[in-house]
Amino acid sequence: MPDNKEKYAQLQESIAKHKGERGAVMPVLQEAQGIFGYVPEDVQQMIADGLGVTLAEVYGVATFYAQFSLEPKGKNVIGVCLGTACYVKGSQKIMDKLSEELQIEVGRTTKDGLFTLNATRCLGACGLAPVMMINDEVYGRLTPDQVPAILDKYRA
Amino acid sequence: MDNLVKLTIDGVSVEVPAGTTVLEAAKQAGINIPTLCYLKDINQYGACRMCVVDTGARALGAACVLPVAPNMVVKTNTPKIRAARKTNLELLLSNHDMKCLNCTRNQNCELQQMCLDLGVENPERFAGKMNQYDIDDLSPSIVRNNNKCILCRRCVAACNKTQGVGVIGPVGRGFKTRIASPWDHPLNDMACINCGQCIAACPTGALYEKDSTKEVWDLLADTTKHVIVQPAPAVRAALGEEFGLPMGKCVTGKMAAALRRLGFEKVFDTDWAADLTIMEEGTELLGRLKNGGVLPMITSCSPGWIKFCETYYPEFIPNLSSCKSPHEMEGAMIKSYWAQKEGIDPKDIRVVSVMPCTAKKFECKRPELGHDGMADVDAVITTRELARMIKEAGIDFANLPDEDFDPFLGESTGAAVIFGTTGGVMEAALRTVYEVVTGETLQNVEFTAVRGIEGVKEASVQVGDLTVNVAVAHGTANAAKLLDSIKNGEKTYQFIEIMGCPGGCVTGGGQPIVSAQKRMECDPKQLRAAALYAEDEGKALRKSHENPAIKAVYEEFLGEPNSHKAHELLHTTYTAREKYSK
Repeated sequence: MPDNKEKYAQLQESIAKHKGERGAVMPVLQEAQGIFGYVPEDVQQMIADGLGVTLAEVYGVATFYAQFSLEPKGKNVIGVCLGTACYVKGSQKIMDKLSEELQIEVGRTTKDGLFTLNATRCLGACGLAPVMMINDEVYGRLTPDQVPAILDKYRA
Repeated sequence: MDNLVKLTIDGVSVEVPAGTTVLEAAKQAGINIPTLCYLKDINQYGACRMCVVDTGARALGAACVLPVAPNMVVKTNTPKIRAARKTNLELLLSNHDMKCLNCTRNQNCELQQMCLDLGVENPERFAGKMNQYDIDDLSPSIVRNNNKCILCRRCVAACNKTQGVGVIGPVGRGFKTRIASPWDHPLNDMACINCGQCIAACPTGALYEKDSTKEVWDLLADTTKHVIVQPAPAVRAALGEEFGLPMGKCVTGKMAAALRRLGFEKVFDTDWAADLTIMEEGTELLGRLKNGGVLPMITSCSPGWIKFCETYYPEFIPNLSSCKSPHEMEGAMIKSYWAQKEGIDPKDIRVVSVMPCTAKKFECKRPELGHDGMADVDAVITTRELARMIKEAGIDFANLPDEDFDPFLGESTGAAVIFGTTGGVMEAALRTVYEVVTGETLQNVEFTAVRGIEGVKEASVQVGDLTVNVAVAHGTANAAKLLDSIKNGEKTYQFIEIMGCPGGCVTGGGQPIVSAQKRMECDPKQLRAAALYAEDEGKALRKSHENPAIKAVYEEFLGEPNSHKAHELLHTTYTAREKYSK
């Protein structure tokens, strides 16, 4: 896979650029995420070895900051608004239902790669609260029992 | 002395060197500030907020990370401080399982002690949602129970800084923060060296050894088996602490008596095999020196160090002595020489080792450490587990009479006793190598240059025409430094002793746990080592090659050191290991 090979070469460049800097793990992880779209285990190992830090340290940083994803994004990205208005209108229950239906925690991707479940801030559709987005589609005035049918549309 | 700083703590005037923390200065003033995350020389992090003090600043400060300043006025005991500490403690308890009754650290837990000391009235004040973690008990050595973890990070510092291994760290954020391996992999899948220094650092019961006491009780109840026990040199230097005896006092005689009362058929001593190790390892060294073998030769007694070498410095595998570690040698000899002598089928023998070490639990399962489908050693319990068994059996340890080990495989010299401390194996080897090479009697058997708790020690020893450059390192982070200095050509040695744990076996991961507060008052490395050196000094024989039971085993059974038979029974091989599991 020449494509991948190039990505790893880019990662090595990034590591070489930041090696020796104080707090180098953070910028290298950011660049790695830019290159791969997420930061899988082998990429983090490469960063650890390249920078001379432990994998535990790299993984600690990668899991501390929400901006890093440990998995590739799913085909469909769900964003549930946990902004104030939606939250007051029960968006946590929507989130819990999604989590239960998809059998994943927030921030994770289903094993079949179909869905990634994210929490988002205000989507600017407070009048429709509670709101979620799947890809570019907005779903408003949601109740938990609507969730399975909506998901099925993307499973077809 | 112009860099002294004068300050007042609770009205007591103290003078301390600049850079001292308020916590240390208070100790000097006779004030014990409560701590949970602080561990002298290992962890200074300001995480637990138990040590908050008032310096008149806007907010209370953490004394463990607060350097003294001239004319500082510190208060450590005000209503505000007491309330803050209590609240912080109650918050820690809100995510702790508080199942103390069956916890290995019951009555020896810093969190429990803190609740007592600070007078926590309502441990459930902040009761609410709690994290629920699976217990990771897949490692043969170490169990992790995050339901008892207070996120102090002492284990992380021990693993990362002291040992240079770093297979655990804080993962996640906020309420979900936990100490874990990357991807929450079980410890067993990581390049953990099983040293157990994380256990020794843990203030609670979140980390403990994989229990083997049940297995040993079952063996002791099995009348069809000959169950033999052997304790390591370092066990006698610390076991007494579990029964309220002072640190730094050997309890060799009481330990032998207790083992006999537990029901072991024979109470042998790993010290005997330590003498045997010196014969084999000393001969191997002389062979390498004479025949242009791979140098420096590095000792192989410490299984934590061995796994560290195999994983992180595989290029040094040819440098490792091929000698099995002493208790494995003892096991091999029990199941061959002793079995033959007693007319017992070795298949009916079970060997139990009492070790200061959690890595020995991993080591005894290495497939190469056995013979004819039998493991050399069948079970390993730590010093702590032995203490638990003695307590469970109702043996009044402190009042036991002193008894001897059983003859022959329980006889040893002073050289063997000091195996338990850093520099001990080196010193024991030098005593024998010197006399074997020169044919002269050593005037002074004490090689003090290799003693002490310096991380890396060096000496140049004249052995006849040979100048032998030796080095001693303890704690694998120190070992890494030493190996790096060899790799980059800075240093040249012929013989190196490396022990996986800082201080050597006396402060191994299986030894009685010393609280952070106590570690501020004394250094267990030094006190326990002093106990072994005293025992060595009191021995009639102090050189391994003078042990009559060793001489006899070569005459009757092994032939000579490094003979074919000795190689078969007493030597082993090593394998390079991957740093990351696939």
